[in-house]
Amino acid sequence: MQSLSRATLRALVRSNATRATYSSRTAPGRILSSRVLPLNATATPASREFATQSTRCYVASKEVKFTADNYPNVQRDPRFSKLTREDVDYFKSVLSSQSSIIDAQDDASELEGFNTDWVRKYRGQSQLVLKPKSAGEVSKILKYCNDRNLAVVPQGGNTGLVGGSVPVFDEIVISLAAMNSIRSFDEVSGVLVCDAGVILESADSYLRERNHIFPLDLGAKGSCHVGGNVATNAGGLRLLRYGSLHGTVLGVEAVLPDGTILHDLQTLRKNNTGFDLKQIFIGSEGTVGIITGISILCPRRSNAVNTAYFGLDSFDHVKRAFTKAKKDLGEILSAFELMDGLTQDLFHKTTGKPYPLSDRYPFHVLIETSGSNGEHDSAKLEAFLEEVMGEEIVADGTVAQDETQAQTLWRWREGLPEACAHWGGTYKYDVSIPLNDFYTLIEDCRKLFDDAGLVGGMEDDSKPVIGVVGWGHMGDSNLHLNVPVRWYDKKVEGLLEPWVYEWIEKRKGSISAEHGLGFAKRDFVQYSRDETALEIMRRVKNTFDPKGIMNPYKYIPTD
Amino acid sequence: MSTLRILVPVKRVIDYAVKPRVNKSQTAVEIAGVKHSMNPFDELSVEESVRLREKHTPKTVEDILAISIGPPKAADTLRTAMAMGCDRSIHVEVPEKDEMLEPLQVAKVLKEVVEKEGRNLVILGKQSIDDDSSQTGQMLAGLLGWGQACGASEVVLDGEYLKVTKEVDGGTEVVKGKLPMVVTTDLRLNEPRYASLPNIMKAKKKKLEKKKLEDFQVRAENRLKNLKVTEPPPRQGGGKVDNVDGLISKLKELGAL
Ligand SMILES: Cc1cc2nc3c(=O)[nH]c(=O)nc-3n(C[C@H](O)[C@H](O)[C@H](O)COP(=O)(O)OP(=O)(O)OC[C@H]3O[C@@H](n4cnc5c(N)ncnc54)[C@H](O)[C@@H]3O)c2cc1C
Repeated sequence: MQSLSRATLRALVRSNATRATYSSRTAPGRILSSRVLPLNATATPASREFATQSTRCYVASKEVKFTADNYPNVQRDPRFSKLTREDVDYFKSVLSSQSSIIDAQDDASELEGFNTDWVRKYRGQSQLVLKPKSAGEVSKILKYCNDRNLAVVPQGGNTGLVGGSVPVFDEIVISLAAMNSIRSFDEVSGVLVCDAGVILESADSYLRERNHIFPLDLGAKGSCHVGGNVATNAGGLRLLRYGSLHGTVLGVEAVLPDGTILHDLQTLRKNNTGFDLKQIFIGSEGTVGIITGISILCPRRSNAVNTAYFGLDSFDHVKRAFTKAKKDLGEILSAFELMDGLTQDLFHKTTGKPYPLSDRYPFHVLIETSGSNGEHDSAKLEAFLEEVMGEEIVADGTVAQDETQAQTLWRWREGLPEACAHWGGTYKYDVSIPLNDFYTLIEDCRKLFDDAGLVGGMEDDSKPVIGVVGWGHMGDSNLHLNVPVRWYDKKVEGLLEPWVYEWIEKRKGSISAEHGLGFAKRDFVQYSRDETALEIMRRVKNTFDPKGIMNPYKYIPTD
Repeated sequence: MSTLRILVPVKRVIDYAVKPRVNKSQTAVEIAGVKHSMNPFDELSVEESVRLREKHTPKTVEDILAISIGPPKAADTLRTAMAMGCDRSIHVEVPEKDEMLEPLQVAKVLKEVVEKEGRNLVILGKQSIDDDSSQTGQMLAGLLGWGQACGASEVVLDGEYLKVTKEVDGGTEVVKGKLPMVVTTDLRLNEPRYASLPNIMKAKKKKLEKKKLEDFQVRAENRLKNLKVTEPPPRQGGGKVDNVDGLISKLKELGAL
């Protein structure tokens, strides 16, 4: 075997990992081997980093039904015009590049990716995708659509989980994918200004080179756009540490349906001069305008990061570990993620990776600390670990000894949406629940499905449901209830809804903690917000979008 | 069946998931403030030693000794090795500096330790990912006059003998040698375990003996001097084409079609 340098090792890893996007690297005296190991290489140190193989190609073979057929009670709004050849010609005339238009006449198959959502539950029938390259182009498009009553769907990386990013009927898709430049970064203040279509991971890599970090991180980082993140007010893995986008986003540039461009890319942290307009756009899910640029405050990257993974015997133990972590780790705690045992089984099964601990426990927790002083952090972490082990709060655990191990441990959390999607689809509920009742939702739901006899586990192909699993950002009281299924089934849906929402309402939780409302939750928002609040929301919507062309049929009921 | 007394040398290197940067004066890579971890090949050596113990009857492996010749922080690397299952360790402390010891110096230190500690098997990484020298194991075998099996993808203990499957270009080679022996590890040998919390705690109490380079018969100065270190030329950014025709004409322009 030839010399295997770090570069080769990395090439091997990179070709399999979804996470790594680094440039090639070097070091002194390094023999840069041109040969890359065969990809079927097994049992290498590198193989521990191998991310999930694309489990989605499995799913992709199944046809997704049109939303219009699946939900016949939702009707196309007759106020909206139908797309004509003249419309397409107009768009061609205002867009600077011919690659900015994907049109059913040129290439119908290319439209599929824009019409189908990540969960493969919703599929629209748009005949046109536009990829403008500037706010000016967006403005021309929207003004025309507004005048012509053509409905539109703004689309980022199309990783949204509530069916908000794809058309319901024939709405025009306006993709921000071609607006992907970093505009400026100020190393002193940490303020990044960039286009909405910059991919989250690219923004983060750019910042990493400059010793900073994007204040948001989530499993879809390789595809989602920062504009999409702002439009959904995504929460993610590090909200516990860096707070919500409502605090970190300093300004937006956005185009209103009538073509008006709001140039409000503030870079100031404090600015009490009138209504804070950007807040309307954060979490608006494409219903009031299109975000074309954002400015955001980015913290310095911590140079000491530790990752630990635990096994625990009951949810009560998890709560005690959480209380202790808050107390002992304090300001360096940057993530506290909960995964129940079944989620780890699904990940194990779909990736073939060995479990990180010698046993599999009913609950697993992933903790991350980030700080500026390695020794200080290690001392804190060690004291914490000794206590939780000593008091038998955690049954077993491990601490990543290097970056590769840290990344691999994170896969057991971040790879869960993909693992769940493996068999065909997932019913997803993203809820906030007070911590005392946190896991009861999963237990109650499991009982519901067991009683109905719909659960087939990973082996029995005759039943739709694989199981009922839960994981989430425990640090933010945010739970993801997931019901992975072999096929979407009205019986399953009937059991879940409105059961889940009523359950949440009783405990004063939120029916959507971070994924938003989109198409999936529109008719359930009243379980978390009262009629007065909804009425005021409708007035806001009307002010910005009186003709209702922006992402219709979604978000909140319009009447 | 003979009793194994294993020596496992481990080295603290820049974490292999981290991108090294060349310093301003182009004499070395930056090490200050950069994440370091155990050389991945050495993780394989540690794992293999522990597996040898787990696979055989309790007395087969008498003792697994880890050793690191490195800066003060190399002690962390030794703790990791002990958390993974090594019994004790020796830390030959050298000051943190840009220039590292050369393989021959390291091999000479190891030879003395092997003799003093009565080792009969040394398992090393086939190379370390910082200087990629790939010489220490071979030199050590030479100095000791022992047999060596380099680039192991499988190690089987059979009485007085070791049967080692080695990776060679385009295939494998199986060799058999009588103990004592030097074995170097290759990527496919095993998949190192995570250090469990209880073992991390236990490792803190295991013995870590401190030594200095002066305790050994080696000269500290290197035979070679690093003149210059440079990064590879930056990759040219990719260009974008508008459509298939554009792609084809671009490929033609570049002479690829
Ligand atoms: C594997 C995985 C893990 C995830 N983890 C998390 C998580 O931890 N936390 C979390 O909060 N979410 C998570 N999500 C969902 C999350 O909402 C999205 O991944 C992300 O924030 C959406 O960004 P996007 O660019 O893909 O937007 P899209 O999916 O394209 O769009 C989402 C919504 O925003 C609108 N929109 C998009 N871009 C714009 C724009 N420029 N202007 C106006 N409106 C726009 C769309 O119309 C749509 O309503 C996850 C998703 C996946 C697939």
